[in-house]
Amino acid sequence: MMSKRNIVGIFFFLVIALLFVIAALTTHEFGHPEKSVIPDMDDHIIDNTQTETGANNAVTSVVFDYRGFDTLGEATVLFTAVAGVILLFRRLKK
Amino acid sequence: MSEMSKIVKTISNIAFPLVLIFGLYVIAHGHLTPGGGFQGGAVVASACAMILVAYGSVWTMKKIKEKHLSLFESVGAIGFIGLAFLGLLFGLVFFKNFLLGEGLIFSEIGQGLSNINTAGVLPLMNFAVGLKVIAGLFAIILVMAYATNKLKGGEN
Repeated sequence: MMSKRNIVGIFFFLVIALLFVIAALTTHEFGHPEKSVIPDMDDHIIDNTQTETGANNAVTSVVFDYRGFDTLGEATVLFTAVAGVILLFRRLKK
Repeated sequence: MSEMSKIVKTISNIAFPLVLIFGLYVIAHGHLTPGGGFQGGAVVASACAMILVAYGSVWTMKKIKEKHLSLFESVGAIGFIGLAFLGLLFGLVFFKNFLLGEGLIFSEIGQGLSNINTAGVLPLMNFAVGLKVIAGLFAIILVMAYATNKLKGGEN
């Protein structure tokens, strides 16, 4: 009836759905960042972002300070995209 | 992309400085309010895209060469990496926040939501990334519009 491919697909669907449910149940309660089930990186960032980076905006402190390398890669991606587009359309300018 | 009517041009002239100021505000307050270099740069680049749509790509290409935009983008990228290397120089760590607590510009540790003189090297990185995103996105839009115009064989 059901092929082997379908059974494997349903199995992985259930496993991934279970993982999502577990992840949703172990997040912070809404509006209560101190009540975390699993102590994690976000607790550290919420507690210490003002004293460690001096910034009031926690998102900016993550993007430019805690994960500066990520922003460096992002800027490199943008640079490469611009260089590629200008290189592609350079021949049509003349 | 040919130029549009006088009504569109006038409305663009009125709206352009407002959008520009909002984008620069988002960049400059990146360490205080939601937003930052990428978001504010996208806002300013969309304002420039509005001017491009209203006035046509040939007119805009006469005013701003994409060579200069490439130069600005490279300046932003070099500024960003240079700030990271200055952290290596002064604080012995790549991406070190070396201006924080030193008494120079942006040196206070942020208490109080409206104190712009905080966060060390983060606002400077916001400026660099903002310059980079403005120049990069507008260069992409300008070059593609100009090339499309050329391919269609339009006059302006």
